[in-house]
Parts: sequence; structure tokens; C-alpha cells
Amino acid sequence: MTRAVPILLLFVVLFSCQKDNDDNASNVSISFNFMHHWDGTAVTNQDFNRIKFINENGEQLSIERLRYLISDVTLKNQNGEVLVIDDYNLVDVTNSENLTFSPEALIPTGVYSNISFTFGFKNEKNSDGAYPDLNSASWNVPQMLGGGYHYMQFDGKFLNSTNTEQGFNYHAIRAVDDPGDNPVFPQDTFIIVNLGPVTITDTPVFNIEMNIAEWFKNPNTWDLNMYNQMLMPNSTAQIMMFENGQHAFNLKTIEQ
Amino acid sequence: MKKRLTYYSLIFACIFWTCSNEVVERYTPTPVALEIPALFEDRILNPILPVDNPQTAEGIALGKKLFFDPILSGDNTQACADCHAPQNAFSDADRFSEGIDGSIGRRNSMPLFNLAWNYEEKFFWDGRVFSLEHQAFQPVTDPTEMKNTWANVILKLQQHPQYPGLFQQAFGNVTIDSTLVTKAIAQFERTLISSNSKFDEFLLGRSDLSPAEQRGFNVFMDENKGDCFHCHGSDNNPLWTDNQFHNNGLDATFTDLGLGKFTGDPSDNGKFKTPSLRNLAFTAPYMHDGRFATLEEVIHHYSEGLKPSPTIDPLMKKVAQGGVRLTEQDKSDLKAFLLSLSDYDFINNPDFNDQ
Ligand code: HEC
Ligand code: HEC
Repeated sequence: MTRAVPILLLFVVLFSCQKDNDDNASNVSISFNFMHHWDGTAVTNQDFNRIKFINENGEQLSIERLRYLISDVTLKNQNGEVLVIDDYNLVDVTNSENLTFSPEALIPTGVYSNISFTFGFKNEKNSDGAYPDLNSASWNVPQMLGGGYHYMQFDGKFLNSTNTEQGFNYHAIRAVDDPGDNPVFPQDTFIIVNLGPVTITDTPVFNIEMNIAEWFKNPNTWDLNMYNQMLMPNSTAQIMMFENGQHAFNLKTIEQ
Repeated sequence: MKKRLTYYSLIFACIFWTCSNEVVERYTPTPVALEIPALFEDRILNPILPVDNPQTAEGIALGKKLFFDPILSGDNTQACADCHAPQNAFSDADRFSEGIDGSIGRRNSMPLFNLAWNYEEKFFWDGRVFSLEHQAFQPVTDPTEMKNTWANVILKLQQHPQYPGLFQQAFGNVTIDSTLVTKAIAQFERTLISSNSKFDEFLLGRSDLSPAEQRGFNVFMDENKGDCFHCHGSDNNPLWTDNQFHNNGLDATFTDLGLGKFTGDPSDNGKFKTPSLRNLAFTAPYMHDGRFATLEEVIHHYSEGLKPSPTIDPLMKKVAQGGVRLTEQDKSDLKAFLLSLSDYDFINNPDFNDQ
């Protein structure tokens, strides 16, 4: 996959008017580094393809492929005004690609009460086939499951109860029931990741960490012998992924 | 006013530039834009076109002539097209192709189409060559294929009644060399675009699928059944491949290491490039070693023939049971769908055929 530069649109609510009057505020670029660890031990693609991790349930496992989508970086200022960067990034840990996301939009310096991003796509952005770069990356969800895109593709192998290597496909998508022409959606499963308050002074770099072990841990102790493959059409599994993903990300540091 | 000034200075600059180059009458071949099919334009990223080898009418015509001409081989008996024949979607019907001296390769010839959409530009079953231009260097000197030397090829082309003129038309006043040969061939190869299968017509709303084809597509897309879309594209990725490397469970031990031989990483052993599922009606036998003569055998493999190995792709399901065990109905529907991806216009396109 070539690193496609996604189309950028910046929705500015109220800010544009304010900016004209405020000579002190300047606009700066922001970027995000995505780093990964397993309960504190750093993980890169160099750690892939070997059974070397143990999850909360005690299962030994390997990571062979890990990609996930983040979108809609959102800043809220102290007046409650919200600025959404309408852009997305497919983090590809397998190939060490797009580990840094630098949206083209510029952000006014200042104090923000919260910065957040979406893990996956919000439903209204999750339209089937809408993004050629994601289609080219085979990131789609079949229409029988509601279409749109994967949130995460996490593939690997684990030692099952008979001590044999078995594949697992921890694929997070929008939870869906009744696959077919009229699928229904029991609840939203994209995740809003809140990073907390931030004062932006100069081209900040947000270092974001994902603890991969969290996906198997909290609140649902994941049993790979039970949930390993064919999880896309399994709304119970999807909702558990959504719950476990709540604590997977955190903001490690900001450099600016 | 300001705008007009810019225009004037631009024109001025042009005139100036032309004057300074007056001595050499610069020849430019006719540029040709690659025709991007509507479906591709709509759904996937644009093709990769190298800046140092733009598509031109003369370059494409020369590339086509070279592709079909046995002059590139050591004894003038074999052309690229012998192993990449139009009626086989530019593959051949043999399990392993025969080189000029009767020696047999160990891999199945690959079909050639939509090559400009191979975004990472890794070619061959094991991805060992970057870019189409570089790829074209290989078969000419491969001892199991055309078994020639480039010095010999160039000599023959230079002494040929037509080629020196054709190279001039394609590239200007230059001496024929191997780089130009591969550039011309690559230009021709990029024009080999397949986008007119029955399924394409269906996606464009111009044709209906039969009930069996429709059911087969559902088997292909259903994670509980075929789950083929994670690797082989979909209605939203009409290349019908991810152009990535996977071990799809053919063997428990490997005689051909595939990607692993090239990268030296044991976790790549047994991985090969996912082939496009377009044009399967013309490209039998299947897999990197042509081990399956029919689509029934391929489907049987995914359904109950999977072999475990350390590098088998985790997307392969129920490996211990040999696979997901599709019903006979699902199998025949899946086959009907796969065949709907075959493009008869492509193999019959006069632009792609000799003369
Ligand atoms: C003797 C048969 C033979 C001849 C002649 C031959 N090829 Fe091939 N071609 C093959 C085989 C076999 C492969 C796959 C080899 C591998 O993966 O190691 C292949 C692979 C290719 C590929 C890679 C396609 C992809 O999608 O990765 C291209 C491009 C190609 N050939 C072009 C050519 C050109 C151009 C010529 C003439 C200069 C040529 N071939 C001559 C048999 C042949
Ligand atoms: C994990 C990725 C993956 C999945 C899932 C997958 N394939 Fe494949 N497929 C491959 C690879 C890789 C090859 C080439 C393997 C080789 O030659 O060693 C291949 C080869 C094929 C071929 C042979 C094509 C040719 O030109 O030789 C067919 C047909 C095919 N697959 C159909 C399917 C169908 C149908 C399904 C679903 C039941 C499926 N595949 C699922 C990766 C996959």
C-alpha cells in the first residue's frame, strides 16, 4: 500500500470568526506517533510471528498482522467549542507504516479541555467503499455485515487447549446481527479515545501508546479457545472488543 | 493584470528555452494516457506510472512487438508470449513452462494484467523483483527460459531491418540498449488492463448475476464460509488480489520457500503472492506450482485440504479439520462466482494480440 494522503477537510465550528480578531493565536500542525506494548514491554513488528505473548487468560500467542484505523481527531476548547479534523489514518504495525499520523489541517494554539480520536470510524463516516486508499488496502467489511470498514485487523496464532497452534482473527468492526440484506446494529462499537486536556503552544507531537494485552483483559477476560475466528459476524465478540478497547490507548507524552 | 503578466513571462520563458535548445531538434514520442476503467477510478487508488518511463504510442507499439518476438531468446525460438499467451490471459496452460533448451522451470507462469495497480511493485510469485522494468530483464537471461545474453539481444536488434527505426520513434535518437528494451516492454504490459468481466458489468449495473453466481459471491464474502475477501479483494477492490504474500496452507513442509527464500526470514517461508481471481477461466493450472488443474481442486483445498505449517496464514480456518468444509452447493456456487470474474473481452482484445 502506498501511503495515500487522505483528502482533508477541516470543520471549524465558530473558530474561524474568532481567529480573525485574535492576533495572538497562530495555527500549528499536530502529529501523532503510535507506539505499542504488551503490558509495558515494547512491541514492534520485530516481535511478530513468534509465540511469545501470554494473555490474561494464560494463553500463549503470536502476532502476525496488526492494523487499525483512527479517525476524527477532535479538540474541545474551554468554551466547549469543538474542532474536528476530518481525516483518518490506517496504522500498519505489520509493515511499520503510518505509525505517524500528521493531518494536514492546522490547529490554533491555545488551551483545550480535551483532545480525542476515534478508533475506527463513526457510523456516518463508515460508508461502504467510500475511501479508495482503504479499498486498495483490502480494509472493507462485506455488505452482508453492513459494509464500511474494519476498525482493527489483529491476526495471530495461539496454543489451543490441545497445545496446537491455531489462528485467531481479532477483527473489530461495527457490531452487527442478522447478516444479509437487512443487517441490524445492536450498538455502536467505534471507540472515542479521550486523551485529556492539552495546551498547544507549538507543533505538538502526541505519543500514543496501545497496550495490546488490554484487548484480552479488561473487563472481559478473553478466552481464545472460545473466541478465535469468524468474529466479524459475532456481535457478542464485537461488543466485548469494544469494552476491552476502552483502556487500550493512552497518551504517553506530548512533545512541543 | 497580474495574471496576464505571468502568462507573458511564461510564454517568454518558453521561447527562450526553445531558442537555447535550437541546435538539437528534440523528438518527442506521442504521449498516451493509461485508460483507467471507471470501476477502478471509482474504487481504488490510481495506477503506478514511473516518471522516467512515460507511456507513449511508439513505446507501447515497440514493447508489443518485442513481447511477441522470439528474437529476445537465445535461439530465436521463444517469445515472452509463448509463456504469456493472450488466450491464457497472458499465462500458459502448462504446469511448468519450458525454456528454449527444454529445461523446465519450477513455477507456474503468471498471468499478466492490471500490473500497474500492483502498488508495491513486487513482481514474481515471491516478489523478488521491484518494478516491471526490472522484471523484464530476468526472463531474457534466465537459463530455464530464454537463455540469452543482453549483448546478443542488442546486437540482433541493432542489425534488424526494423528495430533501430522503431527504437528511435519510441525513445528518440538513442542507441538500443537493454534498459530501452525493458522500458518498451513495461509500457506494453501496463496497457494490459482487464476490467470487463460479467461481475464488472454487474457492479456497473449493466448486467445481472445468475442466482448461483450471487450465492457464490456470498460464500466468498461470508466469514463463516469462504472468507476469501480478506486476501482476494472484493466488490470494493476489483483487482481481486491484495498483492500481498501469504501461505494459504498448501504444504506442511516446503520444497519452494517462496518469499522466505528472497527475504531470508523463516517466517516468510511458504508465502507466495496472492494471485488475482480475474480470468481463472483461462489461467489453469493454479497455484505457484500449478498443482491444481481445476477450480474444483482449488475449492476442495480451501474447504478440506489445508495443511498446517508454522507459517500458515492465521486467516486459514479450521486447519485441524482441513478447512471450513463447504457444502457441495456452496462449492458449486463459489465456482460459478469465480468464473464470473473472467473477462472475454480482455483475451480477445486485438490491441493485445500479435499483429
Ligand atoms: C519459459 C516461460 C517464460 C518466458 C519465456 C517468460 N516468462 Fe514471464 N514468467 C514465467 C514464470 C514461470 C513466471 C513466474 C516465475 C517466478 O515467480 O519465479 C513469470 C513471471 C512474469 C512476470 C511477473 C508477474 C507478476 O504479477 O508478478 C512478468 C511481468 C513476466 N513474467 C513478464 C515476462 C516478459 C516481459 C517476458 C519476455 C521478456 C517473459 N515474462 C518471458 C514464465 C516465462
Ligand atoms: C490468507 C489469504 C488467502 C485467503 C483467505 C484465500 N486465498 Fe486464495 N490464494 C492465496 C494465495 C497466497 C494464493 C497463491 C498460493 C500459492 O500459489 O502458493 C492463492 C491462490 C488462489 C487461487 C489460484 C489462482 C491462480 O491463478 O493460481 C485461487 C483460485 C484462490 N486462491 C481462490 C480462493 C478462494 C475461493 C478463497 C476462499 C475460499 C481463497 N482463495 C482464500 C491467498 C488466500
